[in-house]
Amino acid sequence: MNSILLQNAIFGLLVGGLYGLGAVGLSLVFGVLKMLNVAHGELIMLGGYVSVWLFTIWRIDPFVSILAGGPALFLIGGVLYQVLFRRLIHFHEEHKIKNSILIGFGLALVLQTVAILAWEADERAVTPAYAGAVFPLGGVVVPISRLAALLLSFVALGGLHLFLTRTRYGTAIRATAQDEQAAALSGIPTNTIYLVAFALGSALAGVAGALVSVSEAISPTIGLNWTLKALIVVVLGGMGNIFGTFVAGLSLGVAESLSGFLLGNVYREVVGLALFLIVLSLRPQGLFARG
Amino acid sequence: MRGSSIAIILIALSLVFLPALTPGDNILNWVFLVLLYGALAQSWNLLGGFGGQVNLGHAAFFGLGSLVTRTLWLDQVPLPVALVAGTAAATTMGLVIGAPSLRLRGPYFAIGTLAVAEILRITTGNILPEISFLPSSFLAGYRLLPRYYLALVLVSAVTLAAWWLTRSRFGYGLAAVREDEDVAGAIGVHPFRHKLLAFVLSSFFAGMAGGLFAYYHVSYYPQFPFNPIWTFDALLITFLGGAGTVWGPLIGAGFFLLIREVLALRLVELHLLIFGLVFIVVVIALPGGFMEAWRSLAEKRLRYP
Repeated sequence: MNSILLQNAIFGLLVGGLYGLGAVGLSLVFGVLKMLNVAHGELIMLGGYVSVWLFTIWRIDPFVSILAGGPALFLIGGVLYQVLFRRLIHFHEEHKIKNSILIGFGLALVLQTVAILAWEADERAVTPAYAGAVFPLGGVVVPISRLAALLLSFVALGGLHLFLTRTRYGTAIRATAQDEQAAALSGIPTNTIYLVAFALGSALAGVAGALVSVSEAISPTIGLNWTLKALIVVVLGGMGNIFGTFVAGLSLGVAESLSGFLLGNVYREVVGLALFLIVLSLRPQGLFARG
Repeated sequence: MRGSSIAIILIALSLVFLPALTPGDNILNWVFLVLLYGALAQSWNLLGGFGGQVNLGHAAFFGLGSLVTRTLWLDQVPLPVALVAGTAAATTMGLVIGAPSLRLRGPYFAIGTLAVAEILRITTGNILPEISFLPSSFLAGYRLLPRYYLALVLVSAVTLAAWWLTRSRFGYGLAAVREDEDVAGAIGVHPFRHKLLAFVLSSFFAGMAGGLFAYYHVSYYPQFPFNPIWTFDALLITFLGGAGTVWGPLIGAGFFLLIREVLALRLVELHLLIFGLVFIVVVIALPGGFMEAWRSLAEKRLRYP
């Protein structure tokens, strides 16, 4: 009993790392631009397809595909920002959130349909030689590829943290997020910063998508589910709080997995909703926000 | 003003007598769909258009209404009772989601509604994976006519509610909240109460539309009414016609189903793509929809006769 529980917790943690990474890009975009891109899950889906096709055509390892998926989604994100979201940037805050949600909702449908037209509705998977490999740890087993994905999520997050806190460019992004006018007055090109922040958030979705493809099948319709998980995680962690977001992702993964085991798998999704409503009622600033 | 009232009465009368005038069920079925989609879009409009709160999970309330109505009805509960129960379930869910998420500014309400719709869809699919058929005893007595008149009553009721919002104290308060919550609060309008009541009203009518769908459709997967496409269609129709207007959603519904009929004949795969692009363009370039376009056209005509 105990080892089964532990096994479920470990699987939850491994999936939760992907929830966290999937949500960090959304959180970054919201924190800097005050826009909510509800097509974020579709960007994760596109990142997954980059890895699937690189593997299918050239047998490129999905972990290596991150190096292609991230930049590809960086470019796509930049184009989407220039064409669709840029015109909202100087709207009043509530108006901006509302319109970005509406545009993202339409965009999600468009990207999903384009993916169906381009690659059919089938599920596609990446199957490298080590796909099923596990290593035993006490009474439980840990799948190696999922563990590697979790570690790489940590690396991506640490890199993002160093970029935002240790580089001039990252500091400029944080300054713009805090006070756009003051940032502009100190010579920061805020319009470029917004573009880069949106593209960076999309690139994180691309990386997350490549890591998702390591352990799960990719199909055109997975986007909404990832958006949903990312949104719940962002609310649990606190809007715009990157580390809180990641920890919330891990927590949601474990909570879902354990409740799936204890209550039966058909109800595992309900737990996320219940958590969301409870946190919203008691701690609307997020579980891990200060103050 | 007088001319438009006469037009409305004429259209209403022709809808009442339509079944007597059309020979087959084809046209009646199409008009039924216009009424169903119009009612669903109008119910979204009550909160989204008049209250400015974006509900991304409208399908949850439509789906819940249809799930409860269908289950009870097939269990030999009389249809009116089943419809009331389905509507009540959707309304209750509106209260449960709205109370915590409408209290906060920002995107919490959109996230909460999207979450509830997807989670109910997945959970319904998990629990009830089998397709829901009407048994032969129900099929033997199946006629479109009562469904059509029920749809007509529903669309009239929800449109009356929208009309009430344009000329009641509550409606003015809601408009004030939509334009600026702080100002609304300062002049004595309670933003949370207004948003919540509008949301409850909206989920009430969405649940009823779901119940009507359960009564109308012969066979479907129980999770189908929870599909986000219902939310999307309601948004598209509302924005096409004009969000926050009384007649926009109904005009949008007619237009939407006309286009869908044409596209479905030729470009089945492309029609979702086209609708998605149309929606984005309308949100960006024509935020007022047809009603606004018509109004500005009419104004221009007045100014330059």
